[in-house]
Amino acid sequence: MKAGIVVFPGINRERDMALALERSAGARPRMVWHTETDLSGLDLLVIPGGFSYGDYLRCGAMAAQSPVMGAVRAHAARGGYVLGVCNGFQILTETGLLPGALLRNASLRFLSMDCHLRVERADTVFTNRYQRGSVFRSPMAHGDGNYFADDATLDRLEGEGRVAFRYATPQGEITPETNRNGSARNIAGIYSENLRVLGLMPHPEDLVDPLMGGEDGKPLFDALAAA
Amino acid sequence: MTKAVVTVMLKPGVLDPQGKAIGHALGTLGFAGVGEVRAGKIIELELSETDPAKAKAQAEEMARKLLANTVIESFKVAVDA
Repeated sequence: MKAGIVVFPGINRERDMALALERSAGARPRMVWHTETDLSGLDLLVIPGGFSYGDYLRCGAMAAQSPVMGAVRAHAARGGYVLGVCNGFQILTETGLLPGALLRNASLRFLSMDCHLRVERADTVFTNRYQRGSVFRSPMAHGDGNYFADDATLDRLEGEGRVAFRYATPQGEITPETNRNGSARNIAGIYSENLRVLGLMPHPEDLVDPLMGGEDGKPLFDALAAA
Repeated sequence: MTKAVVTVMLKPGVLDPQGKAIGHALGTLGFAGVGEVRAGKIIELELSETDPAKAKAQAEEMARKLLANTVIESFKVAVDA
């Protein structure tokens, strides 16, 4: 699948993302500047992490209003694939492509550490190289990763199988201790209704090579490359 | 020129760790009797619209579209006539 990476001023994880995509797909993704609106030929749009527009107003609020996001919204409406990581997840919620919002971490601390993610379903284009219920390690680095949605929305997400990943122990247990940022129901990532838009706070793209300390995140990019 | 002041607050029930931290710091400083503390933001807008009602409507539209995220925040607009 042909991938593009959306780049905003203040984004800083686009190269990690490009490396992960290229490593799995063998082809270099296209970098898409935030003023571009022609996304033709792209199957997957990735919104990487960073601090778009300096996180002014709210994380992702400014980026959500940019020209490229109108095109990404149209791409998603056509059934196109979208992946948002970290700031990208925040941008997707601000754009309304995913429900809920990312609040300041409950601890008020910026969290830069590894976490473990339990795969809630393995039948999507993003996760079909994992096993359902399996756990993989992923770095995370964010100040505002505390997933919030009202109870009705959370119940709907769960009922529709739209929780992608939860913070877990390495054994796959969901505990308060593993939920470092305070997210509702340990939610680390969610899908859109058609399961083609995925947003998550941790950075699987930063664990795709033994030199990085592991390849736990690689199956996600392998799955995308094969789709 | 009309000045509109948009106050944005987290909705009740949305965890406000900054408010909590401020409340905790006030207690540490010896201020007794402080209940819940909530932190928000104020955005001042200079609008060329001179009709206060229209200016208020404009600012409310801006708040809905950008200044507040109504999933987690509520806002109110005050206009200086």
